[in-house]
Amino acid sequence: MGYGGDMRVKIRFFAAPREAMGMGEIEQVLPAGATVGELLDALTAQYPVLVPYAGFIRVAVNRVYAGREAELHDGDEVAWLPPVGGG
Amino acid sequence: MKLFEVTTKSISVDEVIARLADPAIGALTTFIGVVRNNSEGREVLYLDYEAYPEMAEEALRQIGDEIRARWKTIREVTIVHRVGRLEIGETAVVIALSAAHRQETFDALRYAIDRLKEIVPIWKKEVWKGGEEWKSEQ
Repeated sequence: MGYGGDMRVKIRFFAAPREAMGMGEIEQVLPAGATVGELLDALTAQYPVLVPYAGFIRVAVNRVYAGREAELHDGDEVAWLPPVGGG
Repeated sequence: MKLFEVTTKSISVDEVIARLADPAIGALTTFIGVVRNNSEGREVLYLDYEAYPEMAEEALRQIGDEIRARWKTIREVTIVHRVGRLEIGETAVVIALSAAHRQETFDALRYAIDRLKEIVPIWKKEVWKGGEEWKSEQ
């Protein structure tokens, strides 16, 4: 845990939103108990370039798909995943 | 030897199929995805694939688990996906299934590629003359 009950999570970006961000990874400090949805809202407020992608993404927490209601923990790796297109 | 792999190296279909070698099998059913030179009327120059590699390999393994839970006759599954810049005609993905008999391998193979396009965190950028675009079938 960080100071004052805050926690720190890592966010990874891929494909188009990674290019829009100009980087593949950032760290974000959040209040303890914050959810995926609260993180997404904080990110789109802080990085307006993400807004066009926000409606289409899925999120993984520690490599497992997670919903907006999922609670985050200090040290989590959150991935911002645009629609996949392998094969 | 990994059965579920994301690699930056060129894929040898023979080498992937050899991962399923087993004297008890009578069928090896394989899908090979290759880079096509056109898309929606455009002339594609090359593709650039990107993965979340650690999660992608876990998702490929999950597909293998789902197949073997659903079709008890499928003995083993291997899926290898390449990432990075791929030229026209190069192999992007190989999926191979082994079984004693062929019957259920075709349905299982279709499931594997459909599921890959649905859950595996891999992205494809088409690059054509004068532009580029990240593509998804979702």
